[in-house]
Order: sequence, then C-alpha cells, then structure tokens
Amino acid sequence: MGALQNLFVNLALFFRESMVNIGFSQLGIEATMDLVAGIGVLAVIAISALVLIYVERKVAGFIQVRLGPNRVGPKGTCQTVADALKLVGKEDIIPDRVDKVPFMIAPILFFAPAVLAFAIIPFGENMIPIDMNIGIFYFIAVCSLSTIPIIMAGWSSNNKYSLLGAMRSLAQSLSYEIPLVFSILGVVMITGSLQMSDIVAAQSDMWFIVTQPIAFLIYLIAGAAETNRPPFDLPEGESELVAGYMTEYSGMRWALFFLAEYAHLFIVSAMATTLFLGGWHGPILPSYIWFLLKTGFMIFILIWVRWTFPRIRIDQLLSLGWKFLLPLSLLNILITGVVLYII
Amino acid sequence: MYEFNGIVIFFILGLLMPIGALIGAYILAPTKSSPQKYLTYECGLDTRGETWVQFKICYFLYALVFLVFDVETIFLYPWAVTFQQLGTFAFVEMFIFIAILIIGFVYAWKEGALEWF
Repeated sequence: MGALQNLFVNLALFFRESMVNIGFSQLGIEATMDLVAGIGVLAVIAISALVLIYVERKVAGFIQVRLGPNRVGPKGTCQTVADALKLVGKEDIIPDRVDKVPFMIAPILFFAPAVLAFAIIPFGENMIPIDMNIGIFYFIAVCSLSTIPIIMAGWSSNNKYSLLGAMRSLAQSLSYEIPLVFSILGVVMITGSLQMSDIVAAQSDMWFIVTQPIAFLIYLIAGAAETNRPPFDLPEGESELVAGYMTEYSGMRWALFFLAEYAHLFIVSAMATTLFLGGWHGPILPSYIWFLLKTGFMIFILIWVRWTFPRIRIDQLLSLGWKFLLPLSLLNILITGVVLYII
Repeated sequence: MYEFNGIVIFFILGLLMPIGALIGAYILAPTKSSPQKYLTYECGLDTRGETWVQFKICYFLYALVFLVFDVETIFLYPWAVTFQQLGTFAFVEMFIFIAILIIGFVYAWKEGALEWF
C-alpha cells in the first residue's frame, strides 16, 4: 500500500533526481516539472470529459426511466469516443456576418482559464501542480476570466440568440460570483491561509462542512450557477435560445466550449472537495483515490440536481443570488467571526 | 518565484491544446461550400433588423452593485487571512466597513436596482 500511496510523488522525485544528475539548472528543472504537470492536467481534462459525458447521459437516462446510451461498445461505454471522432470530422463553419477575429479566438480563450484553474487543485498528498501562497485568490481570479470569452462569442456571432445568451451569462456570473467568494471567505478565516496545502492540512481532524455548513450550501448553489448548469442554464436554455452564445459555432470550435464546460464542472467539484470535504484525507486507500471518490460524489450531486429541477426564470435567478444568497453569506461571515473571536 | 513561471507554462499549454485540436480538425474536416451555409441562424428564416443594439438597463444596474462588492472582496481576503492575529480592533473595524456596504446595498434594493422589469 505504501508504494501505491506515494506513486506519483515518487515518480516526480525520480524525474527530478535524474534531471539533477544530468545537470539541469534549477530554472530548467522547475520548468520541466511544470510542463509535465501541465500535460498531466490536460490528460485529466480530456479523460474526465470523456467519462463525465457518458456518466451524465447514463445517469440522466436512469433518472428519466430510460436506458441512456447502450449501443456503442459494452453498455454504451464507447459512445463518447464515437461522438468525439464524429466532431473531429465536422466542418468548421464561420458565417459571413460574424466578426471574424473574436469569433475565432473565443473558444480558445474559453478553454485556457480552465487549464489555469487546474494548477492549484490538490489531487493528493503533495500532489498540487503549483502550490501558490495566494491559491484561493488565484482560483477566484481565473474563474471569473471565463466571462470575457463568453461575451466575445455572443457579441461577435451577430446573432440575436447568441447576444441574449451572452448577456444572461454575464449577469448570472456577476451575481453568483459574490456569494461564491464570500462563502470561501469563511474557510479562509478558520485556516488563516490562502494556500491550498494549508487548507487541506487544516481539515485532517474535522472537515469544514461540519463547521461551515451554510457556506457549503452557498458554494454548491453558486458553483452550479457559475458553471451555467441547469437549473441555472439560462444562457443556453435550449427551448428559448437554441444554444445561447454557442448557436453559431460548429465542429471543433463548439467541442472546445463543450470540453471547457465539463472541465469547469470538474473544477467546481474538486474545489468543493478541497474546501469543505477534507480534500485528499481518508483512511486506507491512497490519497488521490480519496480525492477522486469525493470529487466524483460532488459531480454526481450536480448531475442529480441538473436532471431533477426545472429551469428557473431570470428574475428568480437574480433574486435568489442578490436577495437571498448574498445576505446569507454575509451573515455566515459574521457568525464565523464572532464564534472564532469567542473561542 | 518559480511558481509564477509554472502559471505561464500552464497558460501556454492551455492555448496550445485548443489550437492543436483546431489544426487537427482543419486537416481532417471536409469543406463543402454553399452560400446558404454561411447565413446567420434564426430558426430557418432570414434575419431581420440590427443585432448589435442597446441592451437592457437592468444589466448595467447589476454590474454597478457587483463592482462595489467585488472591490470589497479585495479588502476582505487579507483581513480574513490575518483575522486571528489582529484582535478586537480589526474585528470591529471590518464589520463597520461591511455595515457601510450593507447600507449601500439596502439603498440599492429599496431604489429597485435589484428588480427585473
């Protein structure tokens, strides 16, 4: 078990030592290690998207009392691979009336912040790609970056559905970012650090979901809204806006939006695990297995919510964010402060 | 400072992967041109009128309120990190700061900035 426990850490150490033996400079070693970590993260994004799309469709099928994908491969497990191959062979259509340059680079810029956010996720014991001392702050900054490509895509498409979808998405992201940020603040107050490794280490005795239950609920709701997932999927509500800001996209450009959305789903669940569910802490099994189990559970909850609740109206959405979640998150900070002060 | 080099590497990788995917699709995907394909989608009808028009004023009001609270978070995070060492003065002071913001928030609420009409 010991060998499995530190499998990835030992691999990294081995790489590092062999590079020292070859005679790399300090900067070269760090850069190479980051490059390896980055390629690992890209692999995680690609594989998790393949698995998550299948799981989502299968869970949706069972919730709606049907079978879900069951034709390609055993139990339909190869369905996503077939879909991905189909997407590669699709034509990349750029309509005449669009604003070409923003239209073409928006999917690329939408994908990049997702990769950046993965840099601070603690996948296991000593398994953080980049352990920054301003980890949480960096996470919030990177997460709010994705609104800019959305407005670029919506505006440059020169399509009414796209523009409406982008506007709604912007309003939604702005409204739910504040409860999200304030809910994380409670955890930071207890830990006294913005570094991800410190936050996970502080949860070795007790998970923060026990001490911060309100913050956890606020984080979950705001996180679902930030990722534009139902019941908060107004930006791309199929029945009214076709596909929102993605309406004019096709082929690989559309696939990039889709891939980035699943990457965001993984990030939100992974951060919920790290901040509230004790990160990689757990008995017997290796730390990264525990991390994946908890993250998988969080993703399952988000999928469950998606296929259970109907979509809400935009005025309800904004009221929920501003008039309920924001005062509640401020109250949570006040209670946390008072309790910490008394203790 | 090595950690910030890492972020640059992650950013470059994050740009390279979608660009690589697009180049791959460019090589593999077919191109069959026809004029109807490049029209703006509007449920099969010809699109009418301007798309790039003024937007609803509600969005702007929400953005204004957002700006206030987003600036507040910049002050709140350093405070939260050192909260347990600072003592009573910082504790009371920050809640006075939040209270002033809440007064502004209640004012915006009463004036109807948070209503969707």
